[in-house]
Amino acid sequence: MDVMPKWAEVILVPLISLILAALLSAVVILAIGENPIKAVSIMVDGSIGGVRGWGYTLYYATNFIFTGLCVSVAFHARLFNIGGEGQAMLGGLGVALVLLYIPFPHWSLALVAASIGAALFGALWALIPAWLQAARGSHIVITTIMFNFMAAGLLNYLLSNTLKPAGQSDPASAKFDAAYDLPTLNSILTDLGFQAARDDSVNVTFLLAIAACFAVWFLLWRTRLGFQIRSFGQSETAAKYAGISPLKITVIAMLISGGLAGLMAVNTAMGEQERLVLNSVEGAGFIGIAVALMGRNHPFGVFLAALLFGFLYQGGAELALWTSIPRELITVIQALVILFTGALDNMVRTPLANLFLHLRKGKEPPETAPPPPGPKRPDHEPEGTVKEA
Amino acid sequence: MDFLTIIQVLDGTVRLAIPLLLACLAGLFSERAGIFDIGLEGKMLMAAFFSAAVAYTSGNAWVGLLAGIASSMVLSAVHGLASITFRGNQLISGVAINFLALGLTVLIAQDWFGQGGRTPSLSGAARFDSIDLPGAITRIRDMRDAGPLMQFYSELISGHSILVYLGFLTVPITWWVLFRTRFGLRLRAVGENPEAVDTAGVSVVGLRFAAVAICGLLCGIAGAYLSTAIQAGFTKGMTADRGYIALAALIFAKWRPWYALYACLLFGLFFAIDNRFQNITLLGFQLPVQFMQSLPYILTVVILAGFVGKAIPPRAGGEPYVKER
Repeated sequence: MDVMPKWAEVILVPLISLILAALLSAVVILAIGENPIKAVSIMVDGSIGGVRGWGYTLYYATNFIFTGLCVSVAFHARLFNIGGEGQAMLGGLGVALVLLYIPFPHWSLALVAASIGAALFGALWALIPAWLQAARGSHIVITTIMFNFMAAGLLNYLLSNTLKPAGQSDPASAKFDAAYDLPTLNSILTDLGFQAARDDSVNVTFLLAIAACFAVWFLLWRTRLGFQIRSFGQSETAAKYAGISPLKITVIAMLISGGLAGLMAVNTAMGEQERLVLNSVEGAGFIGIAVALMGRNHPFGVFLAALLFGFLYQGGAELALWTSIPRELITVIQALVILFTGALDNMVRTPLANLFLHLRKGKEPPETAPPPPGPKRPDHEPEGTVKEA
Repeated sequence: MDFLTIIQVLDGTVRLAIPLLLACLAGLFSERAGIFDIGLEGKMLMAAFFSAAVAYTSGNAWVGLLAGIASSMVLSAVHGLASITFRGNQLISGVAINFLALGLTVLIAQDWFGQGGRTPSLSGAARFDSIDLPGAITRIRDMRDAGPLMQFYSELISGHSILVYLGFLTVPITWWVLFRTRFGLRLRAVGENPEAVDTAGVSVVGLRFAAVAICGLLCGIAGAYLSTAIQAGFTKGMTADRGYIALAALIFAKWRPWYALYACLLFGLFFAIDNRFQNITLLGFQLPVQFMQSLPYILTVVILAGFVGKAIPPRAGGEPYVKER
């Protein structure tokens, strides 16, 4: 039986971890001689205090939803995809190739094609690490890290040689056709008669991201494939016994994961920059790890966590603008969130589980000893199939 | 390409290989004890900042080195706390440590020195100067006229900072500790079969913390070398992914000290060639710079795939040890 009620598991544990991370962040702000309360109010003003702020908050959130889902889907198959960064870079390449070389009559068709291109390229970049993990036992964390660097090298090469238009000095592709500009939510608001600035912030890709949340939820909890992915993640031996092919599930889960990371590029390359630049991903692939951990790998949780990180990102940019606090504060907060919600999870969970056990003992007759809290013991793998690192 | 050019490229190789080697051996200790560490990058960065900052304020490179080691070991302690005490995910902890170092170094540098996330330039005793061995030529004009053996001695053997010689010395020491001492035997055992070590009455937790501490020590030296020996001061993100390359070298070396030396020298050679020549033509093909930069990563994936000799990691790596009840 469960040691903790479900609400405590889903809400209380992440919330306490988040509060711990926030408290430490406040200590960091104090230590560099700034006022944490003032800092938070500047961040709130700049990110959710106006239409412009909201626009960028949701723009960043769109990126983080995609990368968060990317990490989550892989986590459900017990794969740690740290390569969202590289997969998103390749996704950008897919967007650029589609938009530069195929003519479209309308932005909506271009959006569909660009999304397919982005997902395809992102998925393909995840294919080799997935196959190597499943067939050759090469640890996916190491291979995806290596593939991030290779993606950067490849993109750098293509952008400084092949895709760069003549006479341009910075490594970037040509501008996409202006007809492919995605309608931003701000412009839709203006058309409806509201006061809003026209800028290239949150656009229709945000709706695509929400659709992706629903799609991932449906896939994982309402389809046969999703069930197979989750069972494989819970226990590889049990899944094998049930006739689920580890090779197939590893590859499919990573393809979906990579495709989701790739989709992020639709938002950055097509929605905001309207061309492919070298550093368009800007670490969003790594933030996806924090988002997935905080969102407990559930699409709704990922959505909320992505909003929070969107707020942190936009608020952090405003903070750097108005105070002497560098943008890197956000990196520190991100690190603390990953540390507390991910690595130090048991630090919060174990005392809490003991507390609930204590409370329950008061009401019910004493029961048999619960399983020791802490991580699940790994499955016993058959001899000779040691997982690689 | 004359002989002196080759020697100069090799000299660059040594300079670039040393931080890789120290970080790689750091990872070796940790992973041999069953603790994965992808936070090498973060620890190096933290040490690079603190050694430069303290060397600047104290005017002494050695004090800086100690500060760098201390800061790196603090991050090691966090990693140990998360992955040994609380049995958390070691990979996630490593990712967090990398970001923590990336953010904190800039934040503190801005607060202390206000120069946009860097330390002021170091000079004099605040830096590890290169040591000229007896009889070595130091003037560039003399170097060109010297014989090949003299060039070899003066350019490649002499003229490095003390940390370079220390770095090379770490290889036999690591080998000796791991394969010739009781501590080393236990450390390797704890990475392969912690239950057996526990049954023998030796503390698994203690051994793993010791390994993680050594890892912090070596990363600290590597970071200090970057900011107080190769360069004169800390700049934002100055480790430039060396921690990840060291990780790649560790796999390439199949978790063995002497092979780690060869792997790091090889990767160092790639970077030295890349620094020296912008474009390389090989068999009529022009190799793009980006290819040279990606080569260590490509080679690592090939090795990991097991097509060229299989890399088998320590068996209990990455798994927290839960005592049987």
